[in-house]
Amino acid sequence: MYPDYLKASLEKVDQTRPRRLELAKSGKPVYPPMNAAEREDVLSKFHPDSAADARRPIRIGPNQGETLTTEISELLEAHSMVDPARMAPHLAKPDYETDLLIIGGGGAGCWAAITAMKNGINSLIATKLRLGDANSMMSEGGMQAAVSPTDSPARHYLDAIGGGHFDNKPELVRALTEDGPDVVRALENLGVMWDKMEDGSLQVLHGGGTSRRRMVSCRDYIGAIIMRTLMDEVENHPDKISVREFEPAVELLLDDQGRCAGAILYSLDTEQFLVVRAKATVIATGGFGRLHIRGFATTNHYGATGDGLVMAYRAGANLRFMDSVQYHPTGAIYPEQIAGFLITEKIRGAGGQPLNKHGELFVFPREPRDVESAAIIRECAAERGNGVDTAAGRTGVWLDSPIIDQIHGEGYTRHQFPGMCRAFDRYGIDITKRPMLIYPSLHYQNGGIEINERCETNIPGLFVAGEASGGVHGRNRLMGNSVLDYNVFGRRAGKYASEYAKSARLGSLSLAHVTAYAREMVDAGIESDLTSPVILPSYTPEDVRLQQMARLGNIPARHSLLRSRIGCGCGGKEAK
Amino acid sequence: MGGVRQTESASNPADDQGQPRTRMVTISIMGKRAQVPEDATIMRAIEHSGQQIIRGAGCREGFCGACGTLYRLPGDYRIHTGLACTTLVREGMSLSQIPSVPLEKAVYDLEQLSPDVDCIKRLYPATFRCVACGTCNKACPQGLQVMDYIQAAMRGDIAELMELSYDCVACGLCALRCPAEIIQHKVGILGKRLYGRYLRKESPELDARLQELKAGRFDGEYAELMSLGGEALSDRYYARDMEQ
Ligand SMILES: Cc1cc2nc3c(=O)[nH]c(=O)nc-3n(C[C@H](O)[C@H](O)[C@H](O)COP(=O)(O)OP(=O)(O)OC[C@H]3O[C@@H](n4cnc5c(N)ncnc54)[C@H](O)[C@@H]3O)c2cc1C
Ligand code: FES
Repeated sequence: MYPDYLKASLEKVDQTRPRRLELAKSGKPVYPPMNAAEREDVLSKFHPDSAADARRPIRIGPNQGETLTTEISELLEAHSMVDPARMAPHLAKPDYETDLLIIGGGGAGCWAAITAMKNGINSLIATKLRLGDANSMMSEGGMQAAVSPTDSPARHYLDAIGGGHFDNKPELVRALTEDGPDVVRALENLGVMWDKMEDGSLQVLHGGGTSRRRMVSCRDYIGAIIMRTLMDEVENHPDKISVREFEPAVELLLDDQGRCAGAILYSLDTEQFLVVRAKATVIATGGFGRLHIRGFATTNHYGATGDGLVMAYRAGANLRFMDSVQYHPTGAIYPEQIAGFLITEKIRGAGGQPLNKHGELFVFPREPRDVESAAIIRECAAERGNGVDTAAGRTGVWLDSPIIDQIHGEGYTRHQFPGMCRAFDRYGIDITKRPMLIYPSLHYQNGGIEINERCETNIPGLFVAGEASGGVHGRNRLMGNSVLDYNVFGRRAGKYASEYAKSARLGSLSLAHVTAYAREMVDAGIESDLTSPVILPSYTPEDVRLQQMARLGNIPARHSLLRSRIGCGCGGKEAK
Repeated sequence: MGGVRQTESASNPADDQGQPRTRMVTISIMGKRAQVPEDATIMRAIEHSGQQIIRGAGCREGFCGACGTLYRLPGDYRIHTGLACTTLVREGMSLSQIPSVPLEKAVYDLEQLSPDVDCIKRLYPATFRCVACGTCNKACPQGLQVMDYIQAAMRGDIAELMELSYDCVACGLCALRCPAEIIQHKVGILGKRLYGRYLRKESPELDARLQELKAGRFDGEYAELMSLGGEALSDRYYARDMEQ
């Protein structure tokens, strides 16, 4: 139920709907799309990345001197959780030995394991929470793949590279778009149920920044459907794929030749540090929404704290595009309990329209995400003041969903968006009758660890796939391209890492890079009370946290959780 | 709190009138009393009490089923079930999280299965112990007709099993409450995979596209686009036509 103070604005939305419906049915854009200059203008003034303190140079490591997102520079200029000297005796007696270590049990990680297995290589998946507790489980809208006869993979390439402002690594975009149709087939052979038309052809919808209808989907549960399928497949091969849950990796191991040779895991249950010796390693740790960059609420799962970046960086891997953050244009801001919750872009793909407090359109509903988000922020900013305020102190705009049934016929929304409907039904809001209140939410790590089309990094034996990698999307990822990304590159990582593992030789294990990194910090005069990776954000109230930190001497239990400053600035506000 | 006064916590400071900003309710979290904001979800309430959740939180948005919770309310004999991330606390609520459900998943090769009742019988024989009591429906935090999909499984109606279990988050609360000890959510996943693999409509346009890719039909276009410099690529991008 919406409170009375929103009534007047809601009525305006109802009043303008017949006119907007006519526009939508005309086949022409409901609002003029921006040209290059207009995009540039709104991005430079209103995108959160453009704020004066949004970025700062990093002082150490492979990207030294480069300007990164401020919170990322802080995360990288922090202490390791492990003491290399105390760890040394354990390095000679690994707790686990495997051909292939896969760090992260989301979509990319599961695909890597399945593909490696098909290539004859057994693997160990070490993951932070349960298998599948991952952003992959949560994707709603869909996956881009050029399957329609009106479309082509090369056209998909052009859309993706334009959406990324032409910074993307071309060979990665080609791999992404060229593998797309095969991923669709491979997934359905594993049992994924795509939405199809009467004649069996795949249903394709529009997404932001796409010039063809290209989004394939599983209603609004694509993530859960694909993820559960991949997990089930992984669990069907317990003899070939071992899974260690609640054992996140905290540092990579190198050998004496500088090749990646496994990782140190941290058992969340026993707080032991465990040694994994592996011929090849894949980082598939996903994104970083739970760092709550610039205090934004996030759509991401609980364990999305950018750990892969930290481990890889300390080991000497290059990062790309870590100066840009993706804010999803449509995060819920009402009711307060679901603030940050993702409203899938498919709502706009199906005809949903962002509206200001007067019920008027102010932006083309399907601009690329950064542009759409910046336009919404501009509409709410003081200059225009066209936002809708909530009692909890948030400001946002309407996303008109009732118009969808009016375009596609009654029942369409409930059938296509069961997850969305359920999320709002819980709070007495029927989105087929009432619009939703939205504002941009911290969503996606555009950049990451630099890879090539074989998922290789500059460290031999270290492969990266999925959201943790950098280069595929440039500085702006389009809707549907990250589900495609983890499928395409998860498979590629599995393939190339298993090839590598077949002939790899390992020397003795070493944490010398961690020692060297600590020395670099001292030499650069960096003082930090932060340890990283963060592993989990803390949503403990500030006063409780201060009392937890009074513990003397010995580093407190789960110290990275308790001492982490990142994510605490929000005082628990961002938690959902 | 019998004899002991717990002072107002700094995380809920008083406003100018001396009233706490957020109204608080008293609940019991795994047997321990705590005061938490009345508008908190169970998950937020646990965290507000100072605990770091390790097991029992995943997506935090109602997709992953990590946060299944059992609770009782004052004056109500029933055991309620819910997802901690989407269920609001209530005065007097007494709760325990159930983040892991013991079960044995059937291990199978999808390629060797057939989408029929024999397959269900072989992999999840307990399914046929269903007494149609409806306890699973009551337990489902998603409001699914779990019993109906189990009945569909017993008939070998894989399409219906898929349809009715589509939104399952696999929290396993149904399996815990089931007097017949069925593992409903795993049967649901099997049904979905069987449907996608064996009962789907075929997509000829996808076959055609895969053929084209195999034949290298787009190599030229790719090569041309990849050879374009910044400005030419940008011109091409902004000039592309839009499908309605
Ligand atoms: C709500 C939501 C909706 C989305 N909708 C869409 C959509 O419709 N279309 C689209 O294309 N994209 C969408 N995305 C983005 C997309 O889902 C993700 O980018 C993608 O799933 C990432 O896959 P991944 O395998 O790289 O990472 P993840 O799926 O996040 O997996 C990473 C795994 O690594 C684990 N991990 C993290 N750190 C460690 C560590 N230190 N040690 C061991 N394990 C670790 C995590 O716990 C997790 O299991 C959405 C994202 C969200 C959050
Ligand atoms: S935490 Fe994922 S369903 Fe509640």
